[in-house]
Amino acid sequence: MLAQRPGRLTRVTLSRRGGLLRPLALAAVLPLLCGCQQHNILDAKGPVGAAEANILIIATIIMLAIIVPTMIATVVFALWYREANPRARYRPDWAFSGRIELVVWSVPLLTITFLGAIAWIGAHRLDPATPLDSDKKPLEVQVVSLDWKWLFLYPEAGVASVNELVVPAATPVRFRLTSSSVWNSFFVPKLGSMIYTMRGMVTTLNLMADQEGELRGLSTHFSGDGFSDMHFPVRAVSDAAFADWVKGAQGSGATLDRASYAEIAKQGTLDAPRSFGAIEPGLFDGIVAQTVPPGPGPGGSGVEGVRPKGGS
Amino acid sequence: MLGKLTLSAIPLDQPVPLVAGAVVALIALGVVAWVVIAGHLPYLWREWITSVDHKRIGVMYCILALVMLIRGFSDAILMRSQHAVAYKAGGYLPPEHYDQIFSAHGVIMIFFGAMPFMIGLMNFAVPLQLGVRDVAFPTLNSVSFWLTASGALLVNVSLVVGEFARTGWWPAPPLSEVTYSPGVGVDYYLWAIQISGVGTLLSGVNLVTTILKMRAPGMSYLRMPMFCWTALASNLLIIAAFPILTATLAMLILDRYLGFHFFTDSHGGNSMMFMNLFWAWGHPEVYILALPAYGVFSEVISTFSGKPLFAYRSMVMATMAIFILSFMVWLHHFFTMGPGGDVNGVFAITSMIIAVPTGVKIFDWLFTMYGGRVRLTTAMLWSLGFMVTFVVGGATGVLLAIPPADFVLHNSMFLVAHFHNVMVSAVLFGAFAGYTYWFPKAFGFQLNEWWGKAAFWFGITGFVIVFGAFYWLGLLGMTRRMQHYDVADWRPWILVSAFGVAVMLAGVVCQVVQLVVSIRRRESLRDITGDPWDGRSLEWATASPPPVFNFAALPEVHGEEAYWAIKSRAREQMRLREEPAYEPIEMPLNSPTGFICAFFSTLIGFAMIWYIWWLAAAGFLGAFVTFVAFAWRDTVEYEIPASEVAKVNRANRSTRLEALHGAGQRRAA
Repeated sequence: MLAQRPGRLTRVTLSRRGGLLRPLALAAVLPLLCGCQQHNILDAKGPVGAAEANILIIATIIMLAIIVPTMIATVVFALWYREANPRARYRPDWAFSGRIELVVWSVPLLTITFLGAIAWIGAHRLDPATPLDSDKKPLEVQVVSLDWKWLFLYPEAGVASVNELVVPAATPVRFRLTSSSVWNSFFVPKLGSMIYTMRGMVTTLNLMADQEGELRGLSTHFSGDGFSDMHFPVRAVSDAAFADWVKGAQGSGATLDRASYAEIAKQGTLDAPRSFGAIEPGLFDGIVAQTVPPGPGPGGSGVEGVRPKGGS
Repeated sequence: MLGKLTLSAIPLDQPVPLVAGAVVALIALGVVAWVVIAGHLPYLWREWITSVDHKRIGVMYCILALVMLIRGFSDAILMRSQHAVAYKAGGYLPPEHYDQIFSAHGVIMIFFGAMPFMIGLMNFAVPLQLGVRDVAFPTLNSVSFWLTASGALLVNVSLVVGEFARTGWWPAPPLSEVTYSPGVGVDYYLWAIQISGVGTLLSGVNLVTTILKMRAPGMSYLRMPMFCWTALASNLLIIAAFPILTATLAMLILDRYLGFHFFTDSHGGNSMMFMNLFWAWGHPEVYILALPAYGVFSEVISTFSGKPLFAYRSMVMATMAIFILSFMVWLHHFFTMGPGGDVNGVFAITSMIIAVPTGVKIFDWLFTMYGGRVRLTTAMLWSLGFMVTFVVGGATGVLLAIPPADFVLHNSMFLVAHFHNVMVSAVLFGAFAGYTYWFPKAFGFQLNEWWGKAAFWFGITGFVIVFGAFYWLGLLGMTRRMQHYDVADWRPWILVSAFGVAVMLAGVVCQVVQLVVSIRRRESLRDITGDPWDGRSLEWATASPPPVFNFAALPEVHGEEAYWAIKSRAREQMRLREEPAYEPIEMPLNSPTGFICAFFSTLIGFAMIWYIWWLAAAGFLGAFVTFVAFAWRDTVEYEIPASEVAKVNRANRSTRLEALHGAGQRRAA
């Protein structure tokens, strides 16, 4: 059933059969995927990712229905009509058929009309800026991509962390993202949609983790030598555990101000996540408005705990 | 004096590029030494380097392409082997090198592998198929080729002098701006592509003019071979799209050299603009590559099925539809930058619509085989391999065109698998099919079939293994351009892909062996009549290789498949066409303009990269002087006397008459 409330995301199952199709397809596919599957996108842990995986599977099945017969026909025709087969009828002047042309144009057209509808509807319902359908008030998290680490600010709680994202489970999170320097792309595969981070601009992303668990995030837009290390743990925890984490961060003593921001903006990767107990007011807005200097690029030296660029 | 260039530009302390560079330099020097010492230089200069003959230029484009494909493939081997050993480890290629390698891989494969191959095939075959003597602007053709070679040279020089770009094959700002890429790498990219881009644009002008204005008498548009239609569409795309790339890279050059702010994120610039402009070129580019490949398949499938192409007019419509639609889809390269539902939705739909004409083509090729007499030669195998594998790539393209799917698959290995799937299946397989198909026409002997088939089977098997593994890795959440990784799930599939690339390597080896064996056994593989495949279009009406003037007299065309009509009549009447009234033929003089222009362009490029301003000025001056000297020529053509034309033509006629009678006797027996 198509979602009832326009502009809000619900689980997008496009038909009653679609509801059955997905678990069946997953059941077929999952045994082939090995390991702890921290990144596999087909087994999503949030409504956004689940809807996207659904669309992916349905669209794949539809496309397979077209291309598999085509692939088989190619091989069958080539073998049946090969020179050495005396039983095949040679029709050297047969080079047009209106009926075949009608089918050959209309089958792809009808298919992409259907998929186009899925794409149009999906592009709107699953647009990253679309708020999630939930009774809870969204948690606001601000994200800054740095060279080569991730800074997460929690404006309500007044804490920040580098390279660790802690969120309460079953609570929508509204991310507002920017970059200190070059482009990156924030992606937690098991939660769904990725979005680019660009300096001087703010992108918006809404995600939610259904249950508690350990997930992983990474950057999906190449940003330089330390790009491969831009992964970070994502912990979806209970509300109580989240409050504990916030308290722990507040007690850490470090303040995220322009000076400490400038230090982490230098090129390098972090050995361990870090947290800050206080944030200078207006820091994120200053980063977006570019009143805070950008990441300096190659040549900046590292600080304690921040491995300078080029070390491995 | 030497700008930024110092001895430290040569990587004496880095073994990998040093060894690679040394090997390449030694091979290059060895080849040059052999050429000079064996006395081949005058022949090469006279017959090839200064040639303005489209056939020779086409062959040189293909040779450049084959060499650069090998260079690009060796980058691929480096990447797969690095991944194989970089699980929770640094591997043997540090990020500074690995980043250059994947950037060079993409640039070389697209700009110096695939483009020259397609342009080379078009250069070689289009004038022959149109029944004319050469392209519209022969010397310009030579300039185009040598400018492309100049770009290729600059990219390869970056291996030993300095570094290459570390941004990926499309240099996205802000990473490509001077703040975050202060070295010469991005500059090498920019100048190499600008120089070769000029060559490509000129080539586009040349071929469009040829197809629109120069065809054999009686050959209306709807009587042209399908390859000429796809060549027309591809070159129209070149004319429309390449200026966008040139302008965009020029803006990036201004940003980097003069502190402009086109693509910076401050002072009024906007880095997103680069994406829009680059992909407005980038998407048409993939159709520039794919369309000639589709044309090759049309020729090969119809020839080796013994039937005309099914639904020719439909195919023409589909080709022109692809041409127009390719300009309407570019945003699908950045659905994930937050354009919003409306914008994403529109471009999703246009991206899907473009799958329709391509699907029509596949079905029309299918029905070309239906009712045919299919000969499973190497060229036909490449075409069948394309049909079976390309549809998967097309399907994954439609999947990626759905924004919610792209939101989880953008920039993943799934994407990498998709574009390799379509590019390798269409462009590379098409290149090998065209290479095999037209090789006898170019050189007078066929390629060995056995090695060709071995190359095909290894190639397609390895390809399916590598990119099948990549599709899976994309679903497992692996992103592209990683130098090392620590996810256990990915490891088995990465090792599978490493095995796959080894299988592909076996295919490449077979291709090389095929060429060597064919050259050695060329007498037994000789194409005596000029029509080794029982072809259907006009290039098969000439000798192999054709004389410099192609046709003694331009053929009169009365319908589609001009040569098939001529041949059918000849077979019915058991005699050849009437001999034409032989007249002297004027052909353009060879010219070193192209080579010299490219020499100065290389100097300009190198000088601009290293900030050696006096050398750049000298290069511009030299290029201008060359142009003036060329424009000052009084004599531009030479005449081939009618007796010479008659002699060459009669020789081919007598072999064809023999073959005609021989076949007639066999039929009678």
